Amino acid sequence: MADTPIPLEVRNITKRFGDTEVLKGLSLQAQKSDVITLIGASGSGKSTFLRCMNLLEQPDDGELIIHGEPIRFKQTRHGREPADWNQVVAMRAKLSMVFQGFNLWAHMTLLENIIEAPVHVLGKPKKQAIEHARELLERVGLSDRADYYPAQMSGGQQQRGAIARALAMDPDVMLFDEPTSALDPELVGEVLKVIRGLAEEGRTMILVTHEMAFARDVSTQVVYLHQGQVEEAGPPAQVLGNPSSERLKQFLAPKN
Amino acid sequence: MIDLHGYGPRLLEGALVTIELAVLSLILAIFLGLLTASAKMSRSWLLHRVGTLYTTIIRGVPDLVLMMLLFFGGQIGINMITDWLYDQFNIDIFININEFVAGVFTIGLIFGAYMGETFRGAFLAVDSGQIEAGRAYGMTQSLVFRRIRFPLMMRHALPGLSNNWMVLLKTTALVSVIGLSDMVRVAAEASKATREPFTFMIIVGIVYLLIASVSEWGFARLQKHYDTGHAEAN
Ligand SMILES: Nc1ncnc2c1ncn2[C@@H]1O[C@H](COP(=O)(O)OP(=O)(O)OP(=O)(O)O)[C@@H](O)[C@H]1O
Ligand SMILES: [Mg+2]
Repeated sequence: MADTPIPLEVRNITKRFGDTEVLKGLSLQAQKSDVITLIGASGSGKSTFLRCMNLLEQPDDGELIIHGEPIRFKQTRHGREPADWNQVVAMRAKLSMVFQGFNLWAHMTLLENIIEAPVHVLGKPKKQAIEHARELLERVGLSDRADYYPAQMSGGQQQRGAIARALAMDPDVMLFDEPTSALDPELVGEVLKVIRGLAEEGRTMILVTHEMAFARDVSTQVVYLHQGQVEEAGPPAQVLGNPSSERLKQFLAPKN
Repeated sequence: MIDLHGYGPRLLEGALVTIELAVLSLILAIFLGLLTASAKMSRSWLLHRVGTLYTTIIRGVPDLVLMMLLFFGGQIGINMITDWLYDQFNIDIFININEFVAGVFTIGLIFGAYMGETFRGAFLAVDSGQIEAGRAYGMTQSLVFRRIRFPLMMRHALPGLSNNWMVLLKTTALVSVIGLSDMVRVAAEASKATREPFTFMIIVGIVYLLIASVSEWGFARLQKHYDTGHAEAN
């Protein structure tokens, strides 16, 4: 029965900010090549949930299991914290995140951005990292922008660059937090195209998005969050095509 | 040529003392400033209080008073410790505070507090998304600091840092009160002996101006370096 361990498993995550409980026991399992889309109204906890998965946010309770290895926690007077930060650092190197606001490092060229973590975190030889980076740039259509600084690129280019930076880590799982919602409408397509390509090649991804048509196309599973709880989850055809929850129906209904 | 009445070499030595004093104090001040900024931004209540106390004291007490307090007070403190060691354990040591070390220590301590404020503001000006991206890619805290936080912070800190440096440079003139033969003290002696204060003070003024100009040029280069990639700078 010893299958290949599940890349990412989350069990019963809870999170509160002050007095408000933002995540009320969320679980999720990403098998290899799964594309899981998180949808839900603003404030439903999608970003917080995603950020708990690589511990940018510390969940108050619940388990996080990466490739069968549970992250160890300890109780401190500031709340629960990872017991071993080295374990967290190693885990993060396997889960690449793509941010809504791109967050490319402003003082580095695109190429430097892409090789930064492979060289300094993974210890990859610089020459090899640069070769890999050039392949990735070609793949996201930015070969001619290697020596540009983020501020010199359009939002769509920055986000494609950020995806190349994420891919440079050879991640097991990629986390996307609304990768297109900071973009002008005419730039959304070019970024979605890149993500679609990743889905087709079997990347394991967890994606927060408001692009319903896109979610329907690429997802293996859609999870609808409402006030920090899973209200409905399942294959896209069912969750998006034939929802059973009233709230989800309302959420999906075209706004005017 | 102006006649320096043989004070030329001593003035030159004095100028070197001034420069060495200023540079070493700056290094200490930057180090203390980074520590203070971290303490004030830390979530530890105690560190925060210590940082605040340090800045408050330094800002509230005149530099000259601080310098004499630290120099003379420091010597008395050390004497008390050595006396006590002698009484208790019959250990006989004699430590004399070296004026130069005392000068570096005092000026570094004073400007460490100002640098702390400069650095704190600069750290807070760094977009948190940049730091978060570093953490998300598996960087340790020290790697994030070295590769991301520090270089991004520096462009915000440099204007304040350069300003602090200019004030620090002029503050070195105060060390003559504790008997250090910096440029100003040599010039003062020479003025008295030769009754030509104007000659010597003009020279001192010009040397300070020269150092300031070279620094300004250096800071402009640094600013350019740390501005690289930022929209306004392209
Ligand atoms: N650092 C924080 N401190 C306090 N409250 C927070 C913090 N981050 C998020 N919250 C709160 O947690 C709730 C969930 O926020 P979250 O950002 O996860 O929502 P979301 O589903 O991603 O929304 P959106 O679609 O607007 O991005 C919100 O009510 C938000 O105000
Ligand atoms: Mg969000």
